[in-house]
Amino acid sequence: MATVAAPRARRAEARASRGLWRDAFNRLMRNGPALVGLFFITVFFAAAIFAPFIAPYDPIAGSLADRLQLPSAAHIMGTDLQGRDEFSRILYGARVSLFVAVGSVIMALIMGGIAGATAGAVGGKVDNVVMRIVDVMLAIPGILLAIGIVAWLGQGLPQIMIAVAATNAPIFARILRGSLLANREVDYVSAARSLGASRSRMLFRHMLPNSLTALIVAATLALATAIIDVAGLGFLGLGPADPRTPEWGTMLTDATRFIRQAPYLIFFPGLAIVVAAIGFNLLGDGLRESLDPRMKR
Amino acid sequence: MTASSPMPPPGAVPAGSAPAPGATAPLAGEAAMPGSTSGPLLRVEDLKVYFPIREGLIRERHVGDVRAVDGISFEMRRGETLGLVGESGCGKSTTGRAIVRLYEPTAGRIVFDGVDTMTLDRAGMKGMRRRMQMVFQDPYASLDPRMTAGGIVSEPMDIHGVGSRADRQDRVRELLATVGLNPDYAERYPHEFSGGQRQRIGVARALALEPDLIVADEPISALDVSIQAQIINLLEKLQERLGLTYLFIAHDLSVVRHISDRIAVMYLGRIVELASSRLLNREPLHPYTVALLSAVPIPDPVVEARRRRIILTGDVPSPVNPPSGCRFHTRCWLRDKLGNPQECVTVDPVPREVLPGHEVACHFAEKVIESPERAQAVGVPVPTTASVGGPVVPPTHPQDAPPIA
Repeated sequence: MATVAAPRARRAEARASRGLWRDAFNRLMRNGPALVGLFFITVFFAAAIFAPFIAPYDPIAGSLADRLQLPSAAHIMGTDLQGRDEFSRILYGARVSLFVAVGSVIMALIMGGIAGATAGAVGGKVDNVVMRIVDVMLAIPGILLAIGIVAWLGQGLPQIMIAVAATNAPIFARILRGSLLANREVDYVSAARSLGASRSRMLFRHMLPNSLTALIVAATLALATAIIDVAGLGFLGLGPADPRTPEWGTMLTDATRFIRQAPYLIFFPGLAIVVAAIGFNLLGDGLRESLDPRMKR
Repeated sequence: MTASSPMPPPGAVPAGSAPAPGATAPLAGEAAMPGSTSGPLLRVEDLKVYFPIREGLIRERHVGDVRAVDGISFEMRRGETLGLVGESGCGKSTTGRAIVRLYEPTAGRIVFDGVDTMTLDRAGMKGMRRRMQMVFQDPYASLDPRMTAGGIVSEPMDIHGVGSRADRQDRVRELLATVGLNPDYAERYPHEFSGGQRQRIGVARALALEPDLIVADEPISALDVSIQAQIINLLEKLQERLGLTYLFIAHDLSVVRHISDRIAVMYLGRIVELASSRLLNREPLHPYTVALLSAVPIPDPVVEARRRRIILTGDVPSPVNPPSGCRFHTRCWLRDKLGNPQECVTVDPVPREVLPGHEVACHFAEKVIESPERAQAVGVPVPTTASVGGPVVPPTHPQDAPPIA
């Protein structure tokens, strides 16, 4: 680290100005594990986006003649019970995971963000009520809550999205509120208040921008858990409404029944889940390190 | 010095950063004079700031108060610097923050330029805030890390809608130059500055609206010693040029007495002694002040070697449940010497003017005068109270060297 510090300081002198974001980006680019995470995520995104171009076979239609084949040149990850190409299904499965995970985290950010911002900014009774609801939601284990919601709303991708969002929203609410409260007592907010700044100015100009980093980190890490949650729901039989839809969790369940005949069928979806989840985890940790303003003292 | 705050001259010369020991404020000598213009700039009357302690999860009960500031009164003349000193937790910062209304006072009046600010509505208070600004202790916490230096300095003008966008940008450059920073640094972010430079940005922000009063809440205690003198000199130069009035809060008496015309010593939410800087330093009347002074090193090895420090025992008592009678009685060295008179425990001493312009809240202030402890603390052989600026004391403060120990 010491060898990095000196040229960094010199570069700081040379450049006219660097914002905090830019600074954080530079630090992220020097963070090895985060780059590995970024690589995994890039692979994951590429698989999801370009699945129709990469996939050698149709992920839904298979030929029963080719069922339960070992990995080979024709089918690099083998075929499943219905003779569908496992590799193509993994690629298309990335689409489902990505869509549901990103969708649910955005949904959770909106719900949790509004709840947390309201609680943190208004305070008093509103804060008390919102945070008690959050406490109750957090008291229920995430996957259990998600199962309950899917059971209630019925199967389907939007329902899964809502269910996973519901497990993350209270976490985001709590993080944002805590961050806002901590910021409320910081001197630069006091300075704005003593200048006569309005409440909304203090909130939107000072408190929220300085609270966002914690939320960004939490959201990145939540993407990892969302992918696991989606797969978990699929594994428990609460996957997409159409059972033919390639989904990693559902694929795992299907594979468990033939674990003796085709153990590789359990390996590839598992690997896909692990790679995607680790990717977001590594990136999240890296972001936490590079965005933490305490690093810059 | 005029009472109004003139605009800094265009093309203002950057305040030099080299410490200039000879540059003392021209007002230092006038401290004892009554305000020549119309009345005091600020009058604080029986100010109380209590922080309620609540208990209970659902139904909160009010179980007590932290009496951070418990009934203090003082006046500030235009153009003067009033130092406010005391240990941590004595309520000095709370006083400063209550004056700029960061904390809502529990009771009392804060009269600024003849207007009772407690009676003002939101809009009225916003107008009043233009005239009193604050410089904060920690320059790392007081600047928003996501705003540029220019954005920070122009924020007061943005909030109060001063001038056009271009005007404000010009003014930002001018202000940065005034506090001795390169105007081109306006585009930089706080983390690109050193602690001293950050504090200069904080001062520039405080100057943006041309205030009359600046509450400086320990503006140098977070800085390196070498930088402290620079900021002090900057503040003094600005005062000279802009006719500012400072409430200078610090826990270090040696710093405060250098910059202040008058000094108020606080202990546990009360002002225990208030006098001109000279009087307070040479002829302190409160046992607590004597104890504080005895901790300030004197740059004379002979005197210093013969000196004995007064070490106060224990911590400051809790402001939730302050001691009865005189709040200082639990730690008072004089009370021990006098054989623990009952009065100290039962009667709350009222601030009284023992000597002209010298207020003290102690039943036995007269005994302090005779005590060898005071002579030791001040570093003067035997003081004579009658003579102001007596023969033993040289005309310039010997202790007033810049705070580089």
